[in-house]
Amino acid sequence: MAVPTPPPTATSCPAPAAPARFPVQPLLHLDALWIQVAGTLCNLACTHCFISCGPGDERHALMGRAEVRARVAEALALGVKEFYFTGGEPFLHPEMEEILEDTLAHGPCTVLTNGTLFTRHRIAELRCVGDGARYSLELRVSLDGLGAAEHDRFRGAGSFARTIEGLRALEEGGLLPIVTLTRTTDEDPLASTKRALEALRALGLTRPRVKTLPLFQLGRESRRTRGYAATETLAGLSCGCFDPTRLQCGSCRAVTARGVYVCPLLVEEPGGRMGDRLAEALGPFELEHGACYTCWVTGMTCANG
Amino acid sequence: MRLALLGGVYSNHHALAATLADLARRGADAALCLGDLGGFGPHPDRSVELLRDAGIPMLRGNYDDSVGHDRGDCACGYTDPRDQHFAQVSYDYTAARTSPDHKAWMRALPEQQRFEVAGRRVLLCHGSPRRVNEFLWDSACSDAFLEWLCDAHAADLIACAHTGIHWHRALPSGRHVVNAGAIGRPANDGRTDVWYALLELDGAVRVGFVPVAYDHEALAREMEAEQLPPEFVETIRTGWWTTCLENLPARERSRGRY
Ligand code: SF4
Ligand code: SF4
Ligand SMILES: [Fe+2]
Repeated sequence: MAVPTPPPTATSCPAPAAPARFPVQPLLHLDALWIQVAGTLCNLACTHCFISCGPGDERHALMGRAEVRARVAEALALGVKEFYFTGGEPFLHPEMEEILEDTLAHGPCTVLTNGTLFTRHRIAELRCVGDGARYSLELRVSLDGLGAAEHDRFRGAGSFARTIEGLRALEEGGLLPIVTLTRTTDEDPLASTKRALEALRALGLTRPRVKTLPLFQLGRESRRTRGYAATETLAGLSCGCFDPTRLQCGSCRAVTARGVYVCPLLVEEPGGRMGDRLAEALGPFELEHGACYTCWVTGMTCANG
Repeated sequence: MRLALLGGVYSNHHALAATLADLARRGADAALCLGDLGGFGPHPDRSVELLRDAGIPMLRGNYDDSVGHDRGDCACGYTDPRDQHFAQVSYDYTAARTSPDHKAWMRALPEQQRFEVAGRRVLLCHGSPRRVNEFLWDSACSDAFLEWLCDAHAADLIACAHTGIHWHRALPSGRHVVNAGAIGRPANDGRTDVWYALLELDGAVRVGFVPVAYDHEALAREMEAEQLPPEFVETIRTGWWTTCLENLPARERSRGRY
């Protein structure tokens, strides 16, 4: 694959001839396969949802159990390290436990959930699936604030209380969830993690785990606040300044019922789709999107670590 | 061939001395340390001297690289402020007490080592073959990924450390990945012992892990005298990790107390 590699010791960037070129990200290895198992179906309709999911939304359909198995097999042939399940809300999928059981036989799995659908029965089932597996099962629960007022303004009245209840039940069930906190202010990530850990302890969690994520100006969030500005771009970064190990798209791909995408963020964006099968989506990707700017500036990854 | 692999020492010179004695008793054809001499424990120079005197070859772990080059932190990349705080306390303590001669020695250590035994290509590294500070946890690495690592790095047996918890995987292809754990910290299993790996490499590969009991109370008292964090001392006395927990996957985390 012909990927332009930056000179190792470039000292200055020549002024780019208009139009500025975007850096090109090679896929270094497929570490993470993101599986949008619930498509765009969700029980909530958060005002900042970057793929604008909601009740009855089938722009991306649910993925069937056999379809997930086939995608997992494609990724295993490429040496994938771990799997992530998203939506929408994965626990709306009628076969989610079975899909997890299938996949956990082959590699570690993380489920990203809004945490509002955890019944005692479901937690017992997940515990059973997790304990019986060779690999770790991680549950990642999204929070957009550390109190009802903050969180519910994105997610709807009552959802904070339900999510906290879900978190407590998961911990009691021994599942040690990871809280994914959206940074809705420009607070320093370390400070917001500290604040979150303290708040979660105060809410009764004894072993909280926290990961923070930036907001992306995509989907519903772009309508709630604004989309990307022309200045939020990686154009012109293509010379010696570009580090191909910094971005998650150097080590992931995402699949939905509609095909294979460069990353879990661009499944609804023009240019994000790379092919029908993983084998067609292993090439380099030009980082033209405004979201790529957020990724670059924050150094974020959607993965656990 | 009988090969002993020691994971991180983390300045636990009492455990290192006990491990060397245990090794001498069992008799190994070769012994190697996979990196990370400093951090956590007291008097870093004592461990460096013990290991250098014993003539045990050593890889350059992320800790040795950071201390050797005075990089300012241990390069574990913690995002949990508590983990970061304790990592910084250890780093500053260790860097200030490692002699310039030992730092120069650390800078010159190799990052990886390769050799062949009985037709098997063995690759020794610190974190993973592709990154010195990558954590390879048992529950977080698919067979498919480990097979790919063996392919990509032309190895039939990969040995690493860095995480502090030992494990071994016999892959479907017949290749092996071994994480030697650490001899400087207990394995988050509620035991005060530390562990090292003993590999038999002729014919079929056999991998065993050896627990080593040592005078952990003497170490704990030294750590207290040096005013190292009580959280570290608790780990030495109880066998449960109290810090640097954020990278632990759910499985490894739920086995511990914190
Ligand atoms: S942000 Fe998550 S929970 Fe909210 S609508 Fe989107 S998918 Fe559903
Ligand atoms: S949005 Fe982020 S992860 Fe996706 S292609 Fe752009 S830089 Fe990569
Ligand atoms: Fe290390």
